[in-house]
Amino acid sequence: MKIYVPLDSAAKALGADAVAEAIRDAAQAGGKDVQIVRNGSRGMIWLEPLVEIEHDDGVRLAYGPVSVADVPALLDGSAETLGPVEEIPFFARQTRLTFARCGVIDPLDIADYEAHGGLSGLRRAIAMTPADIVQEVTDSGLRGRGGAGFPTGIKWKTVHDTPAGQKYIICNADEGDSGTFADRMIMEGDPFTLIEGMAIAGLAVGATRGYVYLRSEYPVAIEVMNAAVEAARAAGMLGDDVLGSGRAFDMEIRVGAGAYVCGEETSLLNSLEGKRGVVRAKPPLPAIEGFLGRPTVVNNVISLATVPVIFERGAAHYADFGLGRSKGTTPVQIAGNVKYGGLFETAFGMPLRELIDDVAGGTASGRPVKAVQVGGPLGAYMPRSTFDTPFAYEEFDGQGGLIGHAGVVVFDDSVDMLKMARFAMEFCAVESCGKCTPCRIGAVRGVETIDRIAEGDADAPELLGDLCETMTDGSLCALGGLTPYPVMSALRHFPDDFARSREAAE
Amino acid sequence: MRQDLPQPTAGEMQPLIERHLQKEGPLLPILHSLQEAFGHIPQAAVSLIADALNITRAEVHGVVSFYHDFRDVPAGRHVVKICRAEACQSMGGAALADAALERLGVAWHGTTADGAITIEPVYCLGLCACGPAAMVDGELVGRVDAERLDTILKEAGA
Repeated sequence: MKIYVPLDSAAKALGADAVAEAIRDAAQAGGKDVQIVRNGSRGMIWLEPLVEIEHDDGVRLAYGPVSVADVPALLDGSAETLGPVEEIPFFARQTRLTFARCGVIDPLDIADYEAHGGLSGLRRAIAMTPADIVQEVTDSGLRGRGGAGFPTGIKWKTVHDTPAGQKYIICNADEGDSGTFADRMIMEGDPFTLIEGMAIAGLAVGATRGYVYLRSEYPVAIEVMNAAVEAARAAGMLGDDVLGSGRAFDMEIRVGAGAYVCGEETSLLNSLEGKRGVVRAKPPLPAIEGFLGRPTVVNNVISLATVPVIFERGAAHYADFGLGRSKGTTPVQIAGNVKYGGLFETAFGMPLRELIDDVAGGTASGRPVKAVQVGGPLGAYMPRSTFDTPFAYEEFDGQGGLIGHAGVVVFDDSVDMLKMARFAMEFCAVESCGKCTPCRIGAVRGVETIDRIAEGDADAPELLGDLCETMTDGSLCALGGLTPYPVMSALRHFPDDFARSREAAE
Repeated sequence: MRQDLPQPTAGEMQPLIERHLQKEGPLLPILHSLQEAFGHIPQAAVSLIADALNITRAEVHGVVSFYHDFRDVPAGRHVVKICRAEACQSMGGAALADAALERLGVAWHGTTADGAITIEPVYCLGLCACGPAAMVDGELVGRVDAERLDTILKEAGA
């Protein structure tokens, strides 16, 4: 009997370790032959811990959420199943390319990885010239999944074309945005995919060294990634001779130290070099002068983890999915006050309404949805009137928003948008690196100005607009530059929440 | 300076510094190792690190003080981190955090007078679909409600 119990952080946070232990104990006591596999999460977080029992025909039946008390029934077959895990509607309607193996395989078993299509992308890339590898990524239409949406192929080409003795591949795993957990999930559930993507990037641009800058708030991901790098080295996937290609690529996991701004690529580079994580002015681009002043690819986890499937299935296959210039799939992370929260990988273009009302099933509280924040703490708050917007880069931009790292946080009608706007400024003040004035001082003044609005000061809203304009135009990076998004969208779309106290004062 | 601060000797700190010197950008790994061993970055480590890396003490101090993770004094016996980010707020995280602070009688980053609990804000644990979330001595907890919070704080000795 093979039983899958996720090791994913969300599953652990909901009791998966205790369930795994109870299964082990009960099996031992009952003399049953049970093999427990600690897999990644399938992404249906409302069902975690989601336990799967594999039957002889290969079908994996799902049970969840499972508690320790459910374990005896689970083992004697009397527990009620949710059916085959892949037929659960939330899962069945997804297009899983990047996350195809996540939750399916044992994350640290390289043979299992290979049996599910792993390494075939890297093998194909090894047979190609570096220029052809870069071209394949360009043709796939892959854009930076960290939020900026910059074409990955163009970034790689710049590094490829810049001669240097040493180049680097750096994976930005500083996933600090609230409402996002795709990076964490894939690092915990399918770490070899990220390693393979980084190795392909190394072959493409001529980089022999890579780093994953992983935030310290993700202890499980750190543990899994470290183990995976060791396993990959032992299997010859990393090292002086990658899969017998005669070419070298090796990598290391580096742990961040709790600074949100280090998700900004230049501040990440400073942090990795052992400096304060302050933002660097661009140019020079990291692709030309990056880590230690050398040409460096800095890509988000999901961008790099998507590279293997592009090489496995071909650029055209990947580019066939999506909408307009947003090609391929995106792992939408449905979070906050929702009935069915989790990771939903789908082709770009699904309207927000469908994601919220249908896929997520509305709010967990059962109250009406008032606003959703898409793209993390720097993303706009969107009211119901914008819910027809298709989930894609340009389409969200047109609504004065951004998809960012594709996190969607849902709020019910009990939310006070003035408080959320104030929090956005407060967060910016706490996390500002301090290099540029509009962000460092502006965020503090922003909190004060919103407090004045709350006290009924009629001049304050205009002042807030001016301040936000200065932050947008004058900040060095996205932290100060985009904090006005949540603030101004809240003010624009939910004026009642900002007028309430004024009315009370009058 | 607090009297109960562990005061590791240079001999105890030096190996933790040296082990990272071959790395590119060794400072953060060094600081993580020191904090793991001693629960904080001892003041005496600053000049040892500066010497080893050939940078100024001011530069080392600048890095230590920049990052939220590094402490100049050890935390309480238990560290409770509560997520303050938006997804957890949408599930009532702010009220939960306020209740915890009030009960312990401390502000964010504060340690209870008996040294039992340090309470810290964290901005996202990646548990955004099962909030409100917390981390207790490195262990993750999802869907924290008033009852669960009560258990957490009791077990930590509040």
